[in-house]
Amino acid sequence: MSDFISQGGFGFFVWGAYGMVALLLVAEIIQLRLWQRTIWTRLGRLMRMRDAGVE
Amino acid sequence: MTLNWFKFASPASFYPLAGRLIPLFWSLTVALVLVGLYWGFFQTTDHLGGSNPQKEYYRIIFVHVPAAWMSMWLYLVMVVWAAIGLVFNTRLSFMMAKAIAPTGAIFTFLALWTGAFWGRPSWGTYWDWDPRLTSELVLFFLYIGYMALHAAIDDIRRADRAAALLALVGLVMVPVIYWSINCPDPNQCAALHQRSNLTRIDGNILFSMLTMTLGLWMYSFATSLTRLRGLILERESEAQWVRELIEHGEKQR
Amino acid sequence: MLRVFWCLLARDLRLALRRRTDVLTTLFFFIIVVSLFPLGVGSERQLLQLLGPGVVWVAALLASMLALERLFAADHEDGTLEQLLLTGQPLALLVLAKISAHWLLTGLPLVLIAPLAGMQYHLTGTAIGVMMLALLLGTPVLSLIGAIGAALTLGVRGGGILLSLLILPLYVPVLVYGAGAVEVSAVDLADIRPYLNLLGAFLLAALILAPVAAAAALRISLE
Repeated sequence: MSDFISQGGFGFFVWGAYGMVALLLVAEIIQLRLWQRTIWTRLGRLMRMRDAGVE
Repeated sequence: MTLNWFKFASPASFYPLAGRLIPLFWSLTVALVLVGLYWGFFQTTDHLGGSNPQKEYYRIIFVHVPAAWMSMWLYLVMVVWAAIGLVFNTRLSFMMAKAIAPTGAIFTFLALWTGAFWGRPSWGTYWDWDPRLTSELVLFFLYIGYMALHAAIDDIRRADRAAALLALVGLVMVPVIYWSINCPDPNQCAALHQRSNLTRIDGNILFSMLTMTLGLWMYSFATSLTRLRGLILERESEAQWVRELIEHGEKQR
Repeated sequence: MLRVFWCLLARDLRLALRRRTDVLTTLFFFIIVVSLFPLGVGSERQLLQLLGPGVVWVAALLASMLALERLFAADHEDGTLEQLLLTGQPLALLVLAKISAHWLLTGLPLVLIAPLAGMQYHLTGTAIGVMMLALLLGTPVLSLIGAIGAALTLGVRGGGILLSLLILPLYVPVLVYGAGAVEVSAVDLADIRPYLNLLGAFLLAALILAPVAAAAALRISLE
């Protein structure tokens, strides 16, 4: 296991590269989730406002 | 009335279709990336011999090359959608182009970052003004320019078309830029040679690399379709089908 | 059709000569940037000779880009641009006329002042000659490509800084071969032919393609 982590002494480079990939991709996914949630709440609010205005 | 209905027809029908496809792409992403990483870390030799000896750090290749490939491929796909939008004036294709851009920019950055982390142990430097590095950097600037122009223009229709034209101009310039960087001295261009050859790569490494590429490709599908759905909702918020969707969704919650 | 071209060219030149400061600002920006480098990197003769071509080209790039913002802005503000769109004349030709005027006012002065910059960097006589030739071929390309960006960012908030973001990456080929020609001229004068050929090729391609793209961009921005 520690062999795997150290990668023959090059762990910093290997995991530095893979870490940034994981970080950015996860960040993109989270950002998309949050963005979607904002859109839904905003659309819902917009709808209610419109309905209230029509009645 | 009929005209209006046609205008909204394609986003309205595409939205649920994308919704069904996205989970499929996510599961493919996870499966392919897991297989690719497992193969890359446990089924390959620790040290590469030959004319270009490499130690464990060569394993960065399994994200570096797929990220670089995807960054270029996504730019091409983005420009194709933008061009379709300009020619046929279809709104969905503009949204497609806009949905792809952030993912493409992320892959471009990742290709540069992983390249730096690979370059340090193998070349002894994080950055070198190597042609491929420099062109990847320029590609990154092109993505940023596209997104910045789109964000700066308030009128969506104008933003779509202006950014699309910029992407097209960028695509025309990319080969020229690439060659000018690749061959800064036109007197010695004959000395250029191909540095990588896929058939010479060890089978296990190639398998992992291609699996990872497919995985990142599926990831790009999943993220850009998710973003596309969001864009559709934002832009079509006035449409009847979106109102129905919201009512339906709110009842579900 | 050619008469329209000359008409617009003459009009733009006349207007610019009434506001001479605009032209001079660009020129002095170029001179200041070029003069600042030796203060930053030190004034060793050999170092300056090495840096000279690149610095002059980067300064020319920045100067011509700064001026681009004004290419369509004034005509956009007073509505002239919309009238031009309505004339029924080929828009690409009108755009080419405006670009030509712009180059005569901002590009050509840079070419003419280049020997001064060359002397600041201790470049030899031949190197200065080559630099002027390369600038003469290269700066029109900068104006032509830049016009596309200027048309796209017309009336956009933060247009100037955005313009540089869009256009500077596209200037790379001109920079590489423009500065390359001057550097090579120090080694062997015969070697500069391919550089100048390439710059000429860029100029011809840009002359044909850029006005069309800029016209399309103007239509998008003004519709």
